[in-house]
Amino acid sequence: MPHTRNPGTPLATDWFDAVQINRPATESRAATLGTRRSVKGVHQAAWLVNAIRCMDLTTLAGDDTEDRVARLCAKARRPLDDWIVTALGLPEMPRVGAVCVYPTMVPAAVRALSNTGIPVASVATGFPAGLMPLNLRLAEIGYAVDMGASEIDIVITRAHVLRGDWAALYDEIAAMREACGDAHMKAILATGDLVTLGNVHAASMVAMQAGADFIKTSTGKEAVNATLPVGLVMVRALREYGARTGTRIGFKPAGGMKTAKDAISWQILMREEAGRDWLEPELFRLGASSMLGDIERQIAHFVTGRYAAAHRHALA
Amino acid sequence: MPTVTEALNTMDYGPAPESPAIATEWLARGPFGHFINGAFTKPGDTFDTVNPATGAVLAQVTQGTADDIAAAVKAARKAQPRWEKLPGHARARHLYALARLMQKRERLFAVLEVLDNGKPIREARDIDVPLAVRHFYHHAGWAELIGDEFPGMVPHGVCGQIIPWNFPLLMLAWKIAPALAAGNAVVLKPAEYTPLSALLFAQLCHEAGLPKGVVNIVTGDGDTGAALVAADVDKIAFTGSTEVGRRIRQATAGRGKALTLELGGKSPFIVFAGADLDAAVEGVVDAIWFNQGEVCCAGSRLLVQESVAVPFAERLKARMARLRLGDPLDKSTDIGAVVHPVQMARIREIVAQAVAQGADLYQPGTVEGNFCPPALLTGLGAANVAMQEEIFGPVVAMMTFRTPAEAVALANNTRYGLAASVWSENITTALDMAAQVRAGVVWINGTNLFDANAPFGGMRESGFGREGGRAGMLAYLRNPAVTGKPRTPPPALSALPGDAGPAGIDRTHKLYIGGAQKRADGGHSYAAQGTQFPLGGRKDIRNAVEAAHKAARWGTTTGHNRAQVLFFIAENMAARRDDLAAMSSDAEAEAAVARVFYWAAWADKQDGRVHATRASHLTLALTEAHGVMGLICPDESPLLGFVSTVMPAIALGNRVVAVPAQAAPRAALEMCRVLDSSDVPGGVVNVITGPRTDLARCLAQHDDVAALWVFADAATCTLAEHESAGNLKSVWSECRARDWHGNEGKDGEFLHRSVQVKTVWVPYGA
Repeated sequence: MPHTRNPGTPLATDWFDAVQINRPATESRAATLGTRRSVKGVHQAAWLVNAIRCMDLTTLAGDDTEDRVARLCAKARRPLDDWIVTALGLPEMPRVGAVCVYPTMVPAAVRALSNTGIPVASVATGFPAGLMPLNLRLAEIGYAVDMGASEIDIVITRAHVLRGDWAALYDEIAAMREACGDAHMKAILATGDLVTLGNVHAASMVAMQAGADFIKTSTGKEAVNATLPVGLVMVRALREYGARTGTRIGFKPAGGMKTAKDAISWQILMREEAGRDWLEPELFRLGASSMLGDIERQIAHFVTGRYAAAHRHALA
Repeated sequence: MPTVTEALNTMDYGPAPESPAIATEWLARGPFGHFINGAFTKPGDTFDTVNPATGAVLAQVTQGTADDIAAAVKAARKAQPRWEKLPGHARARHLYALARLMQKRERLFAVLEVLDNGKPIREARDIDVPLAVRHFYHHAGWAELIGDEFPGMVPHGVCGQIIPWNFPLLMLAWKIAPALAAGNAVVLKPAEYTPLSALLFAQLCHEAGLPKGVVNIVTGDGDTGAALVAADVDKIAFTGSTEVGRRIRQATAGRGKALTLELGGKSPFIVFAGADLDAAVEGVVDAIWFNQGEVCCAGSRLLVQESVAVPFAERLKARMARLRLGDPLDKSTDIGAVVHPVQMARIREIVAQAVAQGADLYQPGTVEGNFCPPALLTGLGAANVAMQEEIFGPVVAMMTFRTPAEAVALANNTRYGLAASVWSENITTALDMAAQVRAGVVWINGTNLFDANAPFGGMRESGFGREGGRAGMLAYLRNPAVTGKPRTPPPALSALPGDAGPAGIDRTHKLYIGGAQKRADGGHSYAAQGTQFPLGGRKDIRNAVEAAHKAARWGTTTGHNRAQVLFFIAENMAARRDDLAAMSSDAEAEAAVARVFYWAAWADKQDGRVHATRASHLTLALTEAHGVMGLICPDESPLLGFVSTVMPAIALGNRVVAVPAQAAPRAALEMCRVLDSSDVPGGVVNVITGPRTDLARCLAQHDDVAALWVFADAATCTLAEHESAGNLKSVWSECRARDWHGNEGKDGEFLHRSVQVKTVWVPYGA
C-alpha cells in the first residue's frame, strides 16, 4: 500500500476556525483508549512487531557521530535477535519504518543502510526551533535530499500559530513541501509549544492544506512531547481532512515514548480513531529509539516465558 | 490461535478474556440462603441466577418469603438502637473496614458482576467497583462527622432497600453506605436477576465484624420486594422502574414511612453547533452504550442542532461501527449481554414499534441471543414511542432542534427528569441550558459522571430524594418527630344557609387566584367563623394551578427581589396587626410577622454547594424551587400556620396553591389582602378555601403540581400520598399538630422541603 502524496489544497481557515476542542473530554477519551482494548498473547506479539515496522529509529542529539549513527543503523537492520524472529515464525527480519537523523548524518545513515530499502529520514529547517531565515531552512531541505534522505521532517514556526497567522504558516510549509521534491514531508508541529488543543488542531489542518504528507507531534526537544490527547486531536484532524479531500495523511507521534505499552496504546488510538490502514508504516510512524529495547524484551518474554534483561539484547 | 504472521496481517485485537476462575470458586459456596442477623440462613426454595451471556446457571439463591423478611426486619430492629448509639467514630471504623475489604476483593466483585449481569469487565472493573468502594470511604467520613454536621438529626431506624439489576454492587453501596453512616440498620433486597454481589458483600460484612443484624440481605423476586415494602420498616428506599415506584408510593401511603425513589428516565443529550463534535460523539457512546444502555440516566434522547445534525450523525454511525459487542469477560468488549431475555424482548419490541411508527433504524450487526448491537433511530418525532418510553437498552433516538429555546422545550417534553447532558463550548449557552432543563443531574460536556460526594436523583416521575453527598445523607436522617396531638378531620361542610351571622354589613370573602378575588366556580359558599366562605372545588384548583404556572418569573427573579417582597408583606402585616390579632391573638399576629421576616431573611441565602468530587470538575449542587406546590395548611394556628407554610415555599421561589384551615380560613383570606398590597405578583400565592380532603385529593392528583405539603388529619395525609403516585410528586405529610410558635414552626425541614437539588457537573481545562 504505497502512500500517495498529499497534493494539498488552498488555505481554508473555515475548516478549523469554528472547530471546538474540549480538553477534558479529549483527555478522558485518550485515557480510556487503552483500558477499552487489550491485546494479549500472540496478538500482543504481533502488535509489538508491528510497532517495529512503524518505528522511525531516531538519534537527534548534539553528540551524534557517524559511528553512533552507524550503530543505530545496524540495529535498524536487525531490530530483533535472529532467534526471536525464528521463534516468532516470521518469514523475515521485520523492517523498521526509517532511520531519522540530522542532515549532516544523512550520508552516514545512507551508507549504513545500503541495500536494505530502509529509508533515511532527515530533520531539517533549523530543527528543533526552526528560527532561521526561510531561505536557509529551504536550503537545508535541499541539502538533506541531495544527501539521500527520502523523508524530511520539517519544523514549523510556532510563532505563526501562536499569532494566528495562518497564511504565513501555510506559505512556509508549502515552500518547504516544494523544496522536498520527491521526498515525503512530515510536518513537526511541536505541540508542546502550541499548548492548546485548538492550536494543535488548527496547525494540523494548515499543515495538511499546505501539503504535508505526515503530521508529527514533536521534535522530542519540547518540554512536553507526544501525548495521547494531542495525538487524538491530530488524528481526528487528519480523518477530517481525508473526509474532505480523499487524501490519506500519515501520523507520527515522537518523543517521550519509551515502553512497549506506549507502542500498544498508540496503535490502539490509530486503529480506533483512524482505522486499520493507519497501522502500516505508509501512514503511521513512531518516532522513538529506547522504545525498541523494551519491545524486544517483551517479545522475548512472549517467546521464552522468561522475563528478559536489556543487556542481553543489542543496543540501539 | 493464529500465528504471529497471521495476527500481524489482520492486526485484530484477539481474545483477551478475564479469568472467571476466582468467581467460579466462590460460586461453589452456593446454594445460598439469606444473610440475616449476621449469618447465612439455610437455603429455602431456590431459583437459578443465570449468566445472561451464556445461559449458564451460576448459582441457586433463595426466594425470600414474608417470614424471611420479617426475620430480617426483626434482626435489624434489634440491632439498630445499639448501632445508632455507637459513636460516629465507631461507625466510621466499620464503614472503613468494609471499604478496605471490598478493595481487597475488587477483582472478584468485578468478575462476579460481569457473570451475573452481562456488563463488560472493563466497566465493572474501572467504574462500578471503584465507585462502590469510594462510596463506603466517603460515608465512613460522614459517620465520623455526623454529630458536627447534622446536629439534632436522628436516623429513621430500620430501612428497607430495594435495588435494581443494572448496577448491583454500586446500587447496594449507594443504599447501604449512607444508611449505616446515619445510624440505620438495613434490610436490602437485591434484584432477582443479579443477587450475587450482594451475597458476597454479606460475607464481607461478616468478615469485617459488622455487628449482627445491622445489614441483612434477603434475595428474591418482586414478591419479596413487596413483602419488604409491607413490613414494619421506617423507610423504604427504592431504585428501579417508575411503574414499580408508583406501586410502592401507593403501598406506603399513610403508613408513616419515609420514602425515597430513584426511578426511570428519558434523559436528553443536547448537542449544540458550538460543541466539540468528536467529544460529543464519545459522549453519546458513554451515555447510551455504557452498560448496554441499561442505565436509568442514559442519554437516550439525542437532540442535535440542525446545522450540525448531518455531520454529527455520520460521525456517530462511523463510531458505532467500531463498538465491539461480545463476551462481557473480554477486556476489549464495549457492549456485553442484556441482563435477561425478558429485557431483550422489551428492547426488540420497542424498537420494532418505533420503526413501525416511522423511525429509521441504523444498527450495525445482528441481534443474537441476549446481545443487542448499538442502535440509532432517526427521522422520528417527539410522539414516537422511542422518544417517550424508557427502553433500557443500547438504543438512542435522535432528533434536531433549531434554537436553544427549542432545545429546552424538547428536553423538557417528558414525564421524567433524571439527567441531562449538554454539549457546547459556549459556557453561557451551556449554563443557561443547565438552568432550564428539568433534571436532577446535568452534565456539561460530559455524561454519566458520578461521585459519592455528588448528589444524584430525579425530578418529576424520575422520583425524589438524593443519593450521595450531604443531600444523600439527609435521605437517611430526620428531625425528631413532632409530638403534637393527632389532627382530626374538620366538621363536615354545608353549602346550605345556616344560623344568623353577626349584624352589620357582611364581609365578602372570595378565593384568591392569580392575584384577584374570585368567586368559587361552583357558586357555593360554606359557613365558618360565623360568616360565609367560598366553597372551592376542582375547577378552582385547576384555575389556581394555571395561574401559579403563569407566575413562573417568581422562580427566576433574584432572591433579593423575593426578600424585598416578603419584608414588605411583613411591614404591611404590622400595619394591620390589630386586624390580624382580632382574627387570632396578639401573640399569633406578632409571631406571624416575625415568621415572615424569618423567611424573607432566607430568600437570598439558600445557596447550594460546590462539592469536592474529581479534579478539574466543578460540581455544583444548586437548590431549585419545585415550581408549583400545593399546601394544605394546618388547622391549629390558622394565621401562623398559613404564614409558616406559604412563606418558606415562596421565599425560595415556588408558587403555591394553599388550602387554609377549613374551619378557620378568615385569617388566610385577610392575608391575601395583605399580599395584594405588598407587590406579590399575581399567581405566586393562590388560596382556595373549602373541603380540605377533597381539595387535597385534587392537588395530589394534579399532574402539574410538583410538590405537596399536607398538614392534616391522617386520612387526608394517606389519601394525598396515595394519589400523588400519578406524577410521583414529592409529598410531605404530617398528621400530628406542630407547635407553630416554636422552632417546629420553622425548622430545617421547611428549607429542605422547599427546594430540590440539581447537580451540575462542569469539567474544565484549557
